[in-house]
Amino acid sequence: MAAETPTPPPATRSGEPNHGLRIFIPWLVLSVAAVLIIWFVWYPHLPPGGMSSAAANQQFDIAVLAVIAAPVMILVLLYFGYALVVWRQKEGDEEDGPAIHGNTRIQATWIVVSTVIVLFLAVFGTVELFAAQGSGAGQGASPIFTSGVRNPLQVQVIGQQWKFTYRYPQYGGFETTDLVLPTNTWVEFHVTSIDVIHSFWAYQLGIKADANPGVDNIAYAKVYHTGTITVRCAELCGLWHGAMFDYGAAVSPAAFHAWAQATEVRLTSVTKMLPPYALTYDPTVVPQMSKAMVAAGLTGAPGLYYPPTDPEQP
Amino acid sequence: MSLPARVSLLVVAFLAVVAIGAFVVLHYFLSGPTTIDYASGVTPNTGAVVHVVMQEDPQNTVSTKPDWVSYFIQDPKTKAWVHTTLFRVPAGSRIDMTIYGFDGCTPLRNPVWGQVTGTIGNVEYVNGKPYHQINSWSGCNVGHTFSIPGINLNVPMATPGLIQSAKPGLCATSPCQPGNPKQVPYRVMTFSFNTPHATGEYFWQCRVPCGGGFVTGFGGPMQTIGFMTGNMDVVS
Repeated sequence: MAAETPTPPPATRSGEPNHGLRIFIPWLVLSVAAVLIIWFVWYPHLPPGGMSSAAANQQFDIAVLAVIAAPVMILVLLYFGYALVVWRQKEGDEEDGPAIHGNTRIQATWIVVSTVIVLFLAVFGTVELFAAQGSGAGQGASPIFTSGVRNPLQVQVIGQQWKFTYRYPQYGGFETTDLVLPTNTWVEFHVTSIDVIHSFWAYQLGIKADANPGVDNIAYAKVYHTGTITVRCAELCGLWHGAMFDYGAAVSPAAFHAWAQATEVRLTSVTKMLPPYALTYDPTVVPQMSKAMVAAGLTGAPGLYYPPTDPEQP
Repeated sequence: MSLPARVSLLVVAFLAVVAIGAFVVLHYFLSGPTTIDYASGVTPNTGAVVHVVMQEDPQNTVSTKPDWVSYFIQDPKTKAWVHTTLFRVPAGSRIDMTIYGFDGCTPLRNPVWGQVTGTIGNVEYVNGKPYHQINSWSGCNVGHTFSIPGINLNVPMATPGLIQSAKPGLCATSPCQPGNPKQVPYRVMTFSFNTPHATGEYFWQCRVPCGGGFVTGFGGPMQTIGFMTGNMDVVS
């Protein structure tokens, strides 16, 4: 019986530095520094700012995500750079590198860490949707996450090519091109459209809600402090979509109340021309009225509405 | 095919492609309505008065889309009506606007645009009579609007308010000629507004889905420069 040939021992790693420690220490230092910088320096300046409850929650979410992502990104980049520098092929070295073996401890670690991070983000994201009343995206006509306030200020946002107008049903239903909101008050936005699809994006408020014809899309925000609100349409809506923006203002409750009451009085005659306040407005009302006018023998612009089969239909 | 013939064919084909490309660029991308200049000879930012004259017609008979409603602008030098919606005005000036309304009525999609805003005194004059608002849903009152959102200007355009069987009917040949309303009915809208000191292009539009609208939005002339929307170029 032939004697067994002993298996040669694996190549010894004697003399090799402790690569794990050499990566871990700078990773720890850089990660701690990054987290501190993100949380204490970057966080207060992250978009969309902290002007409203929805905006502040979005800012917090971004900061938390950045804090979680920074150590991961630093580890990847650090390892990448370390491998490039330390394990690069030396000049004249034609030998294969040592065989790669699995490392159960490392594999288990990254699986557990990844699982923990993903599960945490799932729970965190769900909680943040709830805590931020839908995070400003609009929840349709029957919102799940409400402000819980019994009588919030209602502001209807009406999209139309190419301007947003705002109705205040608790002040006689007047409609204006000026968006004015009070601080420290829950606002319930009812976002809709009377023609095509728009998107009401009030940047500093953290509100970005679709404005669809025939849909009442509800979003919530509580304004924390006074300032200017930039409003843009965030849905391509025709030729002048790019010019569909305006600026609103957040003012003190007393200033808002004074403005709303004065505007209600000033626009009394205009309000009488408007249809009664409703959560949505039927876009076919006007063509129906046009047909009625034509049927009554009144002159109208030729063609009125193009039928769907019209060759000019885009 | 001989080599010279093949080379010639290749050269001709190449030139044909270049020519087609040049035609497309020149005809479709670089061409467009002319800009009527109301700014030359006027010192900007002095509050100078500039008189701009326009008209809106039930149709235009001067383009490939004759059934589209359209604005026209009067050239201040030649007094000719030009089929365009682009005009240039000096910054920091007062614009005295006259618009002849030849078109019939169509209800506003949103009657809130029946109010006059952004003009001096928030007023327009229709045949000399002051109006702060016109209700387009209460009758055959409004044909179009002249609106410049960038300066919060909105002026509803009144209509002759005719019935279809009226004689004479609406102007049928563009550009319409203001003259005897008993021959060609129309309304005259006048209003004034101040141009901003900030130079730039301020788009203007009609807010009535007037004959070129779809149930779910503007189309045709409403979104075509040269018809029912355009630019006010403010220069200094």
